[in-house]
Parts: sequence; C-alpha cells; structure tokens
Amino acid sequence: MRRFSMGGQWPLVLLLAVASVTRIYAQSPKDAAFLSVLGELREASYSDKASIAERLSQTGHSSVRVVLTALLEDRLYYRNSDQKVFVVKTADADPLALIDPLSLKAAGSAPADGMTKIGTNNSLRHTLKMTVAHFSLGSADAAVRLDAVHEMSLSLDEETVALLRKRLAVETNSGVRKEISIALALSTLDGSDSRARLQAVATLSDSVSQDVRNRLALLLDKSPDGTFVESDAKVRQAAAAAVESIDRWRTFYSDIQTLFFGLSLGSVLVLIAIGLAITFGVMGVINMAHGELMMLGAYTTYVVQTAMPEHIGISILVAIPAAFAVSGLMGVLMERTIIRYLYGRPLETLLATFGVSLLLQQLVRSIFTALNRSVITPDWMSGELKLNDALSITYNRLYIVIFTLIVFSAIVAVFKRTRLGLDIRAVSQNRAMAKAMGIRTEWVDAMTFGLGAGIAGVAGVALSQLTNVGPDLGQSYIIDSFMVVVFGGVGNLWGSLIGGMSMGVTNKLLEPWIGAVLAKIFVLVALILFIQVRPRGLFPPRGRAAEDK
Amino acid sequence: METLWSPTKTGDRGGKWFLSVLALIAVAAPILNQAVPASSPAHLSAYGITLIGKYLCYGMLALAVDLIWGYCGILSLGHTAFFSLGGYAIGMYLMRQIGTRGVYGDPVLPDFMVFLNWKSLPWFWNGFNHFPFALLMMVVAPGLLALVFGWFAFRSRVTGVYFSIITQALTYALMLAFFRNDMGFGGNNGFTDFKDILGFDLHSDLTRVVLLITTVATLAATYLACRTIVESRAGRVLHAIRDAESRTRFLGYPVESFKVYVFVFSAVIAGIAGALYVPQIGIINPGEFAPINSIEVVIWVAVGGRGTLYGAIAGAVVVNYAKTYLTGAFPEVWLYAVGALFVLVTLFLPRGIIGLVQTRTKR
Repeated sequence: MRRFSMGGQWPLVLLLAVASVTRIYAQSPKDAAFLSVLGELREASYSDKASIAERLSQTGHSSVRVVLTALLEDRLYYRNSDQKVFVVKTADADPLALIDPLSLKAAGSAPADGMTKIGTNNSLRHTLKMTVAHFSLGSADAAVRLDAVHEMSLSLDEETVALLRKRLAVETNSGVRKEISIALALSTLDGSDSRARLQAVATLSDSVSQDVRNRLALLLDKSPDGTFVESDAKVRQAAAAAVESIDRWRTFYSDIQTLFFGLSLGSVLVLIAIGLAITFGVMGVINMAHGELMMLGAYTTYVVQTAMPEHIGISILVAIPAAFAVSGLMGVLMERTIIRYLYGRPLETLLATFGVSLLLQQLVRSIFTALNRSVITPDWMSGELKLNDALSITYNRLYIVIFTLIVFSAIVAVFKRTRLGLDIRAVSQNRAMAKAMGIRTEWVDAMTFGLGAGIAGVAGVALSQLTNVGPDLGQSYIIDSFMVVVFGGVGNLWGSLIGGMSMGVTNKLLEPWIGAVLAKIFVLVALILFIQVRPRGLFPPRGRAAEDK
Repeated sequence: METLWSPTKTGDRGGKWFLSVLALIAVAAPILNQAVPASSPAHLSAYGITLIGKYLCYGMLALAVDLIWGYCGILSLGHTAFFSLGGYAIGMYLMRQIGTRGVYGDPVLPDFMVFLNWKSLPWFWNGFNHFPFALLMMVVAPGLLALVFGWFAFRSRVTGVYFSIITQALTYALMLAFFRNDMGFGGNNGFTDFKDILGFDLHSDLTRVVLLITTVATLAATYLACRTIVESRAGRVLHAIRDAESRTRFLGYPVESFKVYVFVFSAVIAGIAGALYVPQIGIINPGEFAPINSIEVVIWVAVGGRGTLYGAIAGAVVVNYAKTYLTGAFPEVWLYAVGALFVLVTLFLPRGIIGLVQTRTKR
C-alpha cells in the first residue's frame, strides 16, 4: 500500500489552494507574480526548475497549463535581447512563432538564433508531467479534468494512480469520476490480486472505448510459451464477455452514428429540395435555375462575411435573411419577366429557366471570377459533441438537421397559418375559382415563386458551409433536388421531407458496404424503379387537379 | 397545344433543301480538302473536316430527340446516355486496335487496364476486336437500354415531367458508374489515343474525309427513315399520342407499344451518332453522360424548331457553330448569349428558327 502514502498531504492542500485562486481571473498582481516566477526559470538548475514549476502552478494563473506543457515539450524559450520568456508554436523552427505567455495570443516571430531554449532533463520532465496533471486535475473546468485523466490513463504509474485515487474521492462530476475509475481499473489489471482484477474487468465492461477493449482483449492472448497472459480462468472468462459486450455497444453506437449521418445528408437533400417542392410542386414550374438560386444564397453568405470580418460568428445568421432576400427577389424577377408567360407549358419553362441558370452562372463568374470562394465556418459550428468514446456528433451536421427542421416548420407554418399560404393553396387548387373570389392570382404567383426561390437561397447558406462556393455549385445539386421532389410526390411538402430523409439514410446505410459512388447509383436506380411502381411519388396528389399536373 | 406538325403543308420542301445541303457537303468538303492545295485560302483543313463531322453528329442526336419530343411528346433529358453508349461501343473497338502501340505495349490489354494492374480482359470486352461486333453493339447497347427503360416507364404510365426527370437520373447514374475505374471503361479518362480504324490511320486527312462522308450518308439515311416513320400511319398515331394521349388509348391504340417502339428507334439513332462522333473527335469519357449535355440537345431542337426533323439538325449545327465561334472569340459572352438565346427562343419563337423562316416565306 505504499502508493497511497506517496506524495503525502501536499497535493490536497495544493488542490484547495489552486481551486480557491482559480476563481480570480487574470489580474495584474497575479500576472506579475506569474511573470516573476516564470523569469526564474531562465537561469535555474534542473532541480531548481522543478520547484519553480511547482511555485508557478501555485500562482493559479490561467496560463500555467500551457506554459508548463510547453516547457515539457521543449517549446519554452527566452529572448536573448530582453530576457523575456515566450512560448513558441513549434520547437526548432526558424523563425520561431512566438506566443505571449500571459495572454496566450500570438506575439510575432523571432529568428531562432536570437532565442534560447529553456532545457529539461528526464527527471525534470517526469516531475513536470505530474505537476501539469495535478494542476489540470484541480481545474474548475470539467472538460480540462476529463482531458487530464484521459492523458494520464495512457501512461499509468504509481504516482499517477495515487493522484487519480485522491481526485476520485473529491470529484463531483460523474463523467470525470467514470473516466477515473476506468483508468484505475486499467491499472489494477496489472496487479497480482485476481479478485481485484475480476472487479476491474467488471468496471471496464461498462466502457465503450476502443483502448479499453484492446486492453481487455490482450488478457485473452497467449504468451509465446503457450500459457495465457492472464492466469486466472475466471478473469479470462469475464474479459471475453466484456470484450463481446463492448463490441456490441460499439456496433450499436456506430449504427446510431450512421443513422445520424444519414439524417444529416437527408436534411441537406430536404433543404435543397424544399424550395423546388414549392415552385415545381405547387406551381408546376420546372425551375432549372433552382441550383443557381442556391448558388446566389451561398455567394450572399460570402459577401456578408466579407462585409463583417470581425463578426464571423453572427455573419451566418445575418446571411440567412440576406440570402432569402437576394434569391427571393431574383425569383420574383424571373417570374415577372419570363415564367408568367409560360404557365401550363412545363417543358418550355424547363428550357427558359435553364437559360436563366446559364445567365446567372456567367453573371457570378463575371463578378466573382470562376475561382471558388471560401466561406469561413464560425467557431460555434466547428468541433464535435462527444457523447461517449464511441459516439460523437459534429456540430455542423447537428446544426444542419436542426436548421432544416426549422426551415421546414416555417414553410409549413406559412402555408397553413398565413393569408399568403391560404392564397397559394387556393390558386394551386383552382385558379379560376380563386380569381373569382377576388384573389390577385398574378401577385400570388409572383410571391409563391419568390418564396420558393428565397428558400433556395437559404439552402445556399447551409451549402456554403458544406461545399466549395463556386459558380458550378448549383449544378451539382439540381438532380438530387428534383429526385427528392419526384420521390416525395409533387405538391406535397411532407413527401419531400420524408423522401429526402429516407434517401439520405438509405445512402449512408449502404455506403459502408458498397462505397459512396455505388450507394448513390443504387439510390438513383432504386428511385427510377420506384417511380415505375408509383408514378406519382410517395404521396401522390389526389382529386381532379391531379391529372393536370 | 398549337399544331406543330401537319403532313400536307411541310410537304417536305425544307427536307429537300436539307438533303441538297448534305449532298453539297459530301461533294465539296472532300474536294476542298484533298484537291485544293493547302496554301490556297479555299483549302479546308483537317480541323474543319472534323468540325463539320462533329456538328453533323450532334445534328443526328438532335434528330433523335426531335423524333420523340417533336412528334410524340416524350421529352428525354437523358439522350446523351444512348449517344455515349454508342460512342463507348466503337471506342472499345478502337482501343483494341491500338494493340502493342500503347504506352505499355500490351498486345491485348488497353493501357488503363495495365495501369490498374489487371491481368486479363473483362468478359464484356470480348468480341470488340471485331468491327462488325462493335457495329452491332453500338445499336444493341443503347437499343436494349431504351427498350428496358422505356418498357418499364411507359407501361407504368410515367409521363411528361416525371419521365424527363427519371431519364435525367438515368444518365446521371450512368455517368457516376462510368467514372468508376472498376467498371472497366477507363474511369475518369475514358478512351483516347486511338490509332486506326479498319487499318486506316485515324489521323490522316483521307480517313477523316471518308468518316465525314459516312456521317453525311448516315445522317441522310436516318433523316429519311425518321421522315418515313412520321409520315406513315404509325406517325399519325404518334402525333395523336402527343396531342391527346388518353384519347388515343381509348380509341384502342396500344399507346405504350408505340412509345416504346419510337423511343428505342430514337435511342438507336443517338447511339449511331455517338459511334460516328468518337472516331472523329478521338476521345470518349464519362463527361459525355453529363445530364447538362442532354439538356443542351433539347435546346438545339427547340432553337431549330421542334417537330420538323431538319429543323432540329439545323438548330444543332447553328448553336454549336455559335458555341465554337464565341467560346474562341469571346469566352465571357458565350454563356450570356446561349442563356439569353434559350430564354428568347422559348418566349418568342416557340417554333424555332424554322418556324420563323416558314412564316416569312408564307408572307
């Protein structure tokens, strides 16, 4: 039980000290204390450096972790000219990219020969590792603690185990507790007590981590001399069961992940099709320029971002109404100048709108050149939501799904709850009667087309986050969007939603088996066959009006 | 729907004009290329010969689309699928003819297969070293696809816009498939670097002239065949289907059979056009399947004049000549011009250039 007494009382004391001071953020006295301690590092011997690092961590400054990690990785330098200490981005580069140790912001660069590295040796590095781990475990941020535990579980020795045990006693966050108990169980597997090992295997079987699974699988291996690595048959049995259970859960989670990928692809399909479901489905206009209206939306996003480079985070939110307005106005313009002369002749509208699509492409090419424009993904959309070791969901996919559902509900609301929606439905069901009742059908036509075009623009904002923004952006999506509308049943918004989602999920479910391209071909062929069985889609239009569409 | 076609009036004065122009090309082009010395300004270069050949192949494709769209109301947005299949069929023959002259010098395997480390020819490449077999396949492959696709689609009464969209999906799916290396059709790069056809060097002027004359002759023959069809009793049924499908069905005509028959025939013409196109252009790749190309074909027909046959061919030649000229001289302007052309033609010239000419001459 030696390892329990290792380290004595000081970690706990320090922990409390750190916890109490981390609440007070970067104030200048603390900055000053931090800097003066940091300055001592320059001249100190290796053994002194260890205690300096210790004192540094006691200052509780928010930069401690970064600075000590940098020291650990040989990335802490001081400038020969003014003896100022800097963190560098990558060691041994020339020139070195400097980072200010206080603010952690970039601080220019300096030639490598004007800088001196603050060196470390093996035993110092060992101590430092402990100090960093210790400091991180005391962090007020549960995510930092979780990372620290994870880091520590990769190289478990007696000291880290002792540290983790102490932390487990005071840890309140359940996620961190779980991670700690897994790390401790992993270390117990190396012990000599077979009952403790059995207990550890039981703890580990709750995990879904690939590392844990591999560690458990090792217990089932045989040594070169033919005996089992794990001597106790009971433990082996438990380990085998645990591996199986972990595998089962991992498969389950990966299925959920595939399903989610499918839903997010389906959301994209719904989003690009929903505007078309209005123009094509409700009005019977084959709008080949639909893709280009989406492209206009994507370019609007680019322009909005360029106009407000300081606020990338909210630029996307500004771009949504802007794109709706730009594409919507373009749609109204198209309807007023071209499409209104071609009602009732769907194949002619196809040709005319195809002409419009070429015009819009070349227009964009003339203004923005043929090169792709890069739209920056805001910080709040990057990264991923890690649900557990086997399942993480990227934020941009998650937001796409949510965004699609919002847009869809908004459209349904417009159709069901507003005067415009009522007019649109009336005109699409019986134009002559609607006109007789005093509805300005021409105005309704323009508004309907504008609405569909505007939604295409909104879809373009989403696409700008997923793909390159170039003049050809629209072309690559036009077939997909038509397929969704036809599959769902022309004139039926819900059909488009269900059609798009099921196409997306089918595609992603097939992908692991036959690859992305074949999956896409399969979906297309399946759709062609489906149309043979149900020529009017999933939810066909009914009634007398159905024949004309 | 206004009458686009009336057998008595078109009489076929336009058709006679068209055939005379074809005859003129068949006589003048070889003379200007072979007999006139290269220094003379009247000399027609090999490039010119190929260009004319290319336009005429596009014309044949437009003819195929006009036959079903102009006369039967079936708008196919996937006709380049048949065109490309015909092209691939002849391309496979041409690839087999390269033999040891390829970069890797393999006597049997085309270069791309050696590159992919394949050991033997896939089964569907067998027979393509024989020219007659390739000729057979350039008809059978598109014809069979059209038969199966058309039979399913028409029997299920997939009509109008729905049919257009699934034909688009068909050619899109084929494009994706042909892009895959595993398909055994050269993937992304397709077939190129052809050497000779039936032992004649593809790069020699004489071979090009012969290919052009073959194209002219085939175009004339397919035109006459289409003309015969649309003026026959069957043609009147097609016309009836276009204008009132349900009524024709109620009168007892097997509408689906007529549609399948004309669709397959049209696909075969498209396939032959593709097969004539590839040896002259010297390359075929999956890009030819792109749905946008099929839409362009429809545009040619619309510009030329739907439901006149020769109008479609004229449309193809005029639009493509404009494309060649404008993309060379003013690359910026081309898409504006063609975009505006489509819009204006659909709005103001529902019967295309031919319609315009006919109204003028009547006055």
